[in-house]
Amino acid sequence: MTKAMIKTEALYKIYHMGDAEVRALDGVSLTVTEGEMVAIMGPSGSGKSTFMNTLGCLDQPTSGSYQLDGEETSKLSEKEKARLRNQKIGFVFQSFNLLPNLTAIQNVELPLIYAGVPASKRQKIALEAMERLGLGNRIHHKPRELSGGQQQRVAIARALVNRPRLLLADEPTGNLDTKSSREIMAVFQELHRNGITIVLVTHEEDIAAYTERIVRFTDGKIVDDRRIEQKVIGEGVLV
Amino acid sequence: MKAIEILIMALRNLSGNKIRSLLTMLGVIIGVAAVIVMVALGEGAQRKVTENITAMGSNLVMVFPGRGSSRGGSFGGGVQLTNSILSVIEDASFHIKTIAPEVRRNFVVSYGDSSMQTSVIGCTLDYITLRNYQIADGRFFDETEINARSRVAVIGSYLADELFSNTDPVGEFIKIGVFRYEIIGVLKEKGQSGFGNSDDLLLIPLTTMQQRIMGNQRLSTVYIQADSAENVNKVYNQVYEALLEEFQDEEKFNIRNQAEILETVQETSKTFTLLLGGIAAVSLLVGGIGIMNIMLVSVTERIKEIGLRKAIGATKLEILSMFLIEAVGLSVTGGLIGIGLGWGVSSVVSRVTDWTTVISPESILISFGFSIMVGLFFGGYPAYKAAGLHPIEALRHE
Ligand SMILES: Nc1ncnc2c1ncn2[C@@H]1O[C@H](COP(=O)(O)OP(=O)(O)OP(=O)(O)O)[C@@H](O)[C@H]1O
Ligand SMILES: [Mg+2]
Repeated sequence: MTKAMIKTEALYKIYHMGDAEVRALDGVSLTVTEGEMVAIMGPSGSGKSTFMNTLGCLDQPTSGSYQLDGEETSKLSEKEKARLRNQKIGFVFQSFNLLPNLTAIQNVELPLIYAGVPASKRQKIALEAMERLGLGNRIHHKPRELSGGQQQRVAIARALVNRPRLLLADEPTGNLDTKSSREIMAVFQELHRNGITIVLVTHEEDIAAYTERIVRFTDGKIVDDRRIEQKVIGEGVLV
Repeated sequence: MKAIEILIMALRNLSGNKIRSLLTMLGVIIGVAAVIVMVALGEGAQRKVTENITAMGSNLVMVFPGRGSSRGGSFGGGVQLTNSILSVIEDASFHIKTIAPEVRRNFVVSYGDSSMQTSVIGCTLDYITLRNYQIADGRFFDETEINARSRVAVIGSYLADELFSNTDPVGEFIKIGVFRYEIIGVLKEKGQSGFGNSDDLLLIPLTTMQQRIMGNQRLSTVYIQADSAENVNKVYNQVYEALLEEFQDEEKFNIRNQAEILETVQETSKTFTLLLGGIAAVSLLVGGIGIMNIMLVSVTERIKEIGLRKAIGATKLEILSMFLIEAVGLSVTGGLIGIGLGWGVSSVVSRVTDWTTVISPESILISFGFSIMVGLFFGGYPAYKAAGLHPIEALRHE
């Protein structure tokens, strides 16, 4: 048996809006084994982002347990969670979230700075990550000088520089056209082949088809969870 | 290691926003420069006054007439000091080196068509050494002239410049009232004094002054010089005792110690310096509020960035440090520029006007320290606010 990368049990996230109670997560129990590639789907407002943020140690559930790589996260201090985010988790956002004043490579270097990697090594590691994503000739561009697909690849390079074991992506292709989306998914599939655990949120069945398993949310609950035949894009998609 | 990275990051943020950084610093620049200039002026005044008092002569004790009797004074006020007091003083202490009495009165003096008012001082031979005057030209009067109550005069350099622009005053005759006095010497310039011009005077023999002009034996001041600095207080006390015995009433005379005067004056000008510096410090405070304002704006503008940094692993402390360093970077850079500016302005002021300015290392250190504090204090709240942001809420911010 391979071991669990993610194991949540009865996760609840409850917001109180005046008298009303919003159950963004309503008892979510899910296990993702190491090396799996999972898509999370569901209607808007069903709690997908809330779940992803919890998995990324960016948000605290109201109750329930979340074990990341065998470690219970609810008891961790702020500082320890910051370290987990830096070392074990790579996070990719729908809106890229690149710092506009920094060049592409400076953006990629950021997690290395917080990891305490010395400047001399940083540049080399960041450059390697960018080359892997086909951005070798774009390192000194500012984010606004890059296309959406390129910006998302910079963001993925940033998520990968510290060699995380888990990659979380909340609608990574949500702002991209079909061609760029395919490129991003090809990258994810390659990472998947290298053994990284990937959980991504998407609204599109086409995108979900590139994963191995689809988990469906409705009203903060998992309503469906099934394995699928993965559609493999193949190599050489990146230019 | 990481600290240096955070420092570089913070400085990069500042230099990425040059105009804004400069404008923010302007408050601190002006504040620090104002403190430096004001303190320099205050300390300059203090030094000047100290120099002037020291220039009066060294190790001095002075005796003046009293204000009157405490037991219902004489009619017309004031008890007078007369020549007879000199022997009392002389016998009071072993540590007296010189005694120099002075009779001072303002008169209009004239030469040719020009005339002016000046202090006419009747004095003895020891007067010029005791008061630290030197002869620039000619000579001082001698024993014979004193005994003869001669009409000879030694004039201060200011008087020489004012009345004798082209001629050599020595050998000329100057009129005090209607009488002609021969000028036998000119004093070397002493410079401006806190209490009027110490070069605007005219010296004549004490005998001439008392017998030909005033017609009495009264003295305005008796200068007593102690034989060493350690003995000034002893001389002061012994003379005081002797005078008290003589007059039987401490209201009838007035005795002052030079050190005491110096202390009083220094105390006053120190208060003055503190006051000036304090007023200037208010502008530094205003500069600090400017930093706080901009840092708050900057935190609000960069909420998304803060969220992102947290998402990729920045700790609270690292975010806090980054913003604090930015604030302190602003205030310290502003402080350094302000110190330079203040220095420049002070030296221009002392060159253009005749005010003395003194840039003390303390004032530089204090204003530098103050600008660090301003950054820490006024940057503290915005940085704390940034560090406490929730990563997800920050990332959602539009
Ligand atoms: N800070 C908050 N305060 C109150 N309610 C919130 C907050 N954040 C999320 N919610 C609510 O929680 C529910 C789940 O939100 P979430 O963002 O996880 O949905 P989602 O599945 O990601 O939707 P989408 O597909 O539109 O991104 C929603 O009903 C939302 O209104
Ligand atoms: Mg969402």
